[in-house]
Amino acid sequence: MDIVNEILEREQKKAEKYKPITVEKHLELDIDVGTLLATDTNDLDIKSLSSDSERDTYLQSLARDNAQLLLNKIWELPTERIDEAIVVRLPAPKTVLPRSKPVPKPKPLSKWQEFAKAKGITKRKKDKLQWDEQLQKWVPLYGFKRSAAEKQKDWLIEVPQHIDPLTDMYEKKSSEKSEKVAKNELQRLKNIARAKKVKIPRVGLPVTSDKASATQLSTAAVVAKASTASLGKFQDKLPKEKEARGKGVHELIPGKERKRKAPIPTPQVEKENNLNLIDRILNKRPKIDMEKAVSKHIHEEQTQRSEEKKNMKPSKGPRKAKGKTNFSAKKPKAGKGQRNPGKKTPGRKRR
Amino acid sequence: MKVLSEDRTRKLFEKLTKYIGVNVKLLIDRPDGTYCFREKKDRVYYISERLLQLAQTVKPDHLISAGTCFGKFTKTNKFRLHITALTYIAPYAPYKIWVKPSAEQQFLYGHHVIKSGLGRITENVPKHQGVVINTMSDIPIGFGVVARSTTECRHADPLATIAFHQADIGEYIRSEDTLV
Repeated sequence: MDIVNEILEREQKKAEKYKPITVEKHLELDIDVGTLLATDTNDLDIKSLSSDSERDTYLQSLARDNAQLLLNKIWELPTERIDEAIVVRLPAPKTVLPRSKPVPKPKPLSKWQEFAKAKGITKRKKDKLQWDEQLQKWVPLYGFKRSAAEKQKDWLIEVPQHIDPLTDMYEKKSSEKSEKVAKNELQRLKNIARAKKVKIPRVGLPVTSDKASATQLSTAAVVAKASTASLGKFQDKLPKEKEARGKGVHELIPGKERKRKAPIPTPQVEKENNLNLIDRILNKRPKIDMEKAVSKHIHEEQTQRSEEKKNMKPSKGPRKAKGKTNFSAKKPKAGKGQRNPGKKTPGRKRR
Repeated sequence: MKVLSEDRTRKLFEKLTKYIGVNVKLLIDRPDGTYCFREKKDRVYYISERLLQLAQTVKPDHLISAGTCFGKFTKTNKFRLHITALTYIAPYAPYKIWVKPSAEQQFLYGHHVIKSGLGRITENVPKHQGVVINTMSDIPIGFGVVARSTTECRHADPLATIAFHQADIGEYIRSEDTLV
């Protein structure tokens, strides 16, 4: 029996050393295993917290109990054994943790990106390698291998018929390429300036490669005319000159951008202005309208003729009578007179 | 609602004088209050001053139209009359064309007036003059531009075009959404 008591006593001592794994709580803890977080919503024991001697032991026991509960939860998860260590795969965390740094601002879109977004244009992915039929090999999209392939392909460039036959096509090609690079760089800088809202100085008319369009030419003419000290106020106007219109043209013309909007005129003033304008339009010196003149002439002729016709009918009778008494100083010609076979005229006797 | 620029006002009046001549003055110089022309989204509206003041209380984005739409300025800055202006043009037009009942439908479908459909025409109409086109019962149904003067009409063959179609009341149905 001694042995039995001894063993029981030892077991009891062991049990006292380790606290039980079950913990009693009024309210259940809110446990998020993913972040290994347990939140205790139970009331604290204020009496033991306020006394200096008990505070530490109380807090320690509270922490232990809560840690025990958290570990109990972890043990409920399926365990694995990797290299003699027991491992648990934690689920995804439920608690949302606040960021330590502010959310990064979205990158400002470039002008093209904005346009593409508005139009719904999406970037298409290109293959990094492309099969070249001429060289019979795979050529990359860019890089030294690409430029080597280009060089190999362009061992000869034909000079087109419409340009000077002595132009160096290789030089032309390289200058075109460098121009493109420069343009791209300029646009990149413009995009940065636009994003930072920096005002960029005007650069004048856009440079065109070959021929300017009609709108560009008219814009250039208007800009040139306005580029005097008095902003083109005293420049003569051509008879059919038109002010250049269109998007962005107004900003190019010197002195135009500063012009303020005209105030809305009062109804009386507006009415007067309009009436003056109408008078000016109506009093325009009439051009000699050939069509009108001709049609007027035709009309007059027609009316005259119709009137004549009307007058002709009743005056037919007396006219005939007039014809009989036809006196004139002229000698009557042969074959013109009226024949009268019944009339006997003396003449040469015919044999 | 913008005030028309001087250039645009001139274009508008030049077009109107083509149809109603000196009577344009009557549109502005009215005894029953002041009327004016205003522009919104390139469309020109004929509106009384009183109504304009009421219309200005509406937010510009929400205002679709106020007064009578006379026409619109095209992208090339030319003025084009709309059929909605007929109410104001028809009573003042000095030159008119009357079409036969058989040709009415042809015209209302947007075709030109041909000689065979011509019922009556005002005397002394010069070439390329704007005219109002009426039915034989004096109901205005549209307007056009004369292709041949009255005197030339007499000698035209039956299929020759007398007046080019500009606008007709069939547009109220055909182009309902673009008229405003």
